[in-house]
Amino acid sequence: MPMKKIFKRSAKVALTASIAAASLFSVAASASEVNVYTDRQEFLIAPLLEAYTEATGTKVNVVYASGGMEERIKAEGRNSPVDVVLTVDVGRLVDMVNEGLTQSVTSPALEANIPAEFRAEDGSWYGLTFRARPVYASKERVDPSEINSYLDLADPKWKGRICTRPGDHDYNLGLLAAMIYHHGEETAREWIEGVKSNLARAPQGNDRGQVKNIYDGLCDLAIVNTYYMGAMLASDEQRPWAESVNLLFVDQDTVGTHINMSGAVVARHSPNLDQAIELLEFLSDDVAQQMYAAGNTEYPVKEGVERSDIVKMWGEPKFDAESPGAIAEYKGLALRIMNEIDYNAGP
Amino acid sequence: MSSYSSLASGMFKRWRVRLNFDFWTLGSLLIAAIVLLPVFAVIVLAMFPTENIWPHLMDTVLPGYIRTTLWLMLGVCVGTFIIGTGTAWLVSMCRFPGRGVFEWALLIPLAMPAYVVAYVYTDLLEFSGPLQSMLRDTFGWRTPRDYWFPDIRSLGGAITMMVLVLYPYVYLLSRAAFMEQSVTMLEASRTLGCSPWQSFVRVGLPIARPSIVVGVILALMEALNDFGTVDYFAVRTLTAGIFNVWLHMRNLGGGAQIAVVLLIFIVVLILIERMARRKKRYHTSTRSTPPVRIQLKGWKAWGAVIACSLPILFGIVIPGGQLVIYSLSHYEASWAAGFPIYARNSLMLSAIAAAIAVALGLFLAYAGRLGRGPLLTGCLRMVSLGYAVPGAVLAVGILFPFGYFDNFVDGLMREYFGISTGLLLSGTVFILIYAYVARFLALSYGTMEAGLTRIRPNLDGAARTLGRTPSGVLRDVHVPILRGSLGTAAILVFVDTMKELPATLVLRPFNFDTLATHVYQYAKDEQIELAALGSLSIVLVGLIPTLLLSYTISQSRSGGNTP
Repeated sequence: MPMKKIFKRSAKVALTASIAAASLFSVAASASEVNVYTDRQEFLIAPLLEAYTEATGTKVNVVYASGGMEERIKAEGRNSPVDVVLTVDVGRLVDMVNEGLTQSVTSPALEANIPAEFRAEDGSWYGLTFRARPVYASKERVDPSEINSYLDLADPKWKGRICTRPGDHDYNLGLLAAMIYHHGEETAREWIEGVKSNLARAPQGNDRGQVKNIYDGLCDLAIVNTYYMGAMLASDEQRPWAESVNLLFVDQDTVGTHINMSGAVVARHSPNLDQAIELLEFLSDDVAQQMYAAGNTEYPVKEGVERSDIVKMWGEPKFDAESPGAIAEYKGLALRIMNEIDYNAGP
Repeated sequence: MSSYSSLASGMFKRWRVRLNFDFWTLGSLLIAAIVLLPVFAVIVLAMFPTENIWPHLMDTVLPGYIRTTLWLMLGVCVGTFIIGTGTAWLVSMCRFPGRGVFEWALLIPLAMPAYVVAYVYTDLLEFSGPLQSMLRDTFGWRTPRDYWFPDIRSLGGAITMMVLVLYPYVYLLSRAAFMEQSVTMLEASRTLGCSPWQSFVRVGLPIARPSIVVGVILALMEALNDFGTVDYFAVRTLTAGIFNVWLHMRNLGGGAQIAVVLLIFIVVLILIERMARRKKRYHTSTRSTPPVRIQLKGWKAWGAVIACSLPILFGIVIPGGQLVIYSLSHYEASWAAGFPIYARNSLMLSAIAAAIAVALGLFLAYAGRLGRGPLLTGCLRMVSLGYAVPGAVLAVGILFPFGYFDNFVDGLMREYFGISTGLLLSGTVFILIYAYVARFLALSYGTMEAGLTRIRPNLDGAARTLGRTPSGVLRDVHVPILRGSLGTAAILVFVDTMKELPATLVLRPFNFDTLATHVYQYAKDEQIELAALGSLSIVLVGLIPTLLLSYTISQSRSGGNTP
């Protein structure tokens, strides 16, 4: 009997839910809305989208997805409701462009806001922010002048002194892809083999964990994104880790420090094209760029936008604007090399 | 005249019997086809890789992946078996201080997402964690070279984490089996001179074998489709390989091929076990009197208390306590106004998925009992495969057929009526529930099938002779006996749906969050402190129905309603 009741009630709930979902859906198709798929985290992106709604009155519907986002768009085909895709990694956007899931858009505002090196020439993708991936070095045990390039990390003098997260993680594949792009496959392979033999232990943990390792004295050098520095300095518990390291923005005389760029594309079957472009314009303009900079410790792409205090401490290093293209082109090869040298096995 | 009528009624009866048979068989085939659609889609995807990845993988990481996967399976198998059956036997057959509490408390770790437990233990056990810091202060060690400490981020660590949260599968299933077991048989074994230990090993375990095997296989499948834990520990299993090939090499077909290899692992495992127990029967007589639990005394009682405490201590008290500490210290930053809505969404999805999965699981298991075709048997064996596929891969297998269907209908409507129906099912709650049922049917079918195996077929015969139709037998005979198994199946599907993450992320409608997706945004950003409150709420929200059902299960043992 109770089972029956539960079942009846569940059926009712299911019905209500599907009606609710259907109404959600039909609303999503109306004109004053824009639909977003993104692999970025809600707590980073939601405030920006709220600001957009406040400024324009356009409602934003979001799916915060992860693996499978591209497949969802592909499967939905011409009826896909998605207008804008935001990702943490432009390489992923370039893949989507190549798979025919996007359309090129352009507007004077977008061209004015985003410097040419941070967007595709044909308007197929736009960069919005970036984070650098410098070398983190122990203040106590490493003289900053000892490291001027990523290539220096392969020097045998660092044997047993480097920590990284696993080699098949996005960020490390991105860096290796950029090394392939700039130095050729052979040099890049020798370099990453050198880094591998200098590791203090088998790669493990996340980016913050590597900084903690330096603080704990497990190693002296690590490769970590700048984004995490802001988060660590904001936490009482983690501040000592962050304060135990120097950030070395390497390759200043050559191509610049490697970056990961976040960005956006407009979907091929976007039903709300005007709102999609309006959203991109908003995200690349002062208000949103300022929010990215302050809230997420990211580098805004728009020139003249004030950076956060933490980011300002690091001065004005040169960045490798070619990273995103390189990542899109060589990430697969980078993974092969990581597999071939069995990077994750450690030293 | 009368001979004509009896002939007619005989024919009618035969016809009706055949119709019934067809109803169950066809129904099962239909359910199996619907549920296996995503698995087929993955197999189809596997036929179209963008390039052949195998030579590269064979030469490089594949042997390591396979070795690691096998070790992981072995470790999880042994660990969950020992903890699960041991504690289940103690709480259902013995009496010792706290038994009533242990009975339900042993379930709680089930509600903990494995990756959350992994994060917490890493914080506690790594070099700078409180334990090692204390050891260093005590003994005056300074660097890691001064002493040896097991590395939590290792294969052994991953096995430990998984055993801690997966043993409840085995516990639940074997407890249900022990409770539905005939007490007289155990008493007979004791009368024949078996010690309690011998009667456990020689009678209790063998009779419960189908259930225990289901529990262990479920735990193994869960271990295989886990990505969060192994990724955090940098333990490279085949699952890690799937994601590397799919997402980094942008080779979906190649990733699907590795997923198919994982499926083959599971199928082989199931076949080996089936062959090993071929021709054996596991029926027990119907329940008679409730058993008298053996009163443990002295060191035995304490031993039982310790044996039941340890999994609870390490599976929930320590990680849960740490989560409470994080939640309190980061309460302001981690409280979200949406929590009640997330909780409602999680509860609603879990309840619906559990109800549907239990109903379908019961239908299939009973059809298997009635059925006599190799086709049906083969189909039923495959129904569980969705569980062995990592959630994100299964989601892709769902996206394509549904997208195809929606666009097909839309195309027809546009062509003939000039209207667009858009996406009917994709991006709705319906597709989410479908995904949960397709993924977790293994849990309810396995539980139900194991439960039915223990019921003697002559009971069906008797009921049929007394004029019951097959569905009447199910309703009036099996369902009352199986209440324990029904509850177990419902708990498993409910809790797994609460925790489900990868498929939910990509299939969900716009602006739709569950507790699990809410937690994920912080976990992904490496902020376990902020994920703590959400993780705790998963445990709490998942706990209430779990405890209720657990209570009904233990009630079901106290006889009363024996048919």
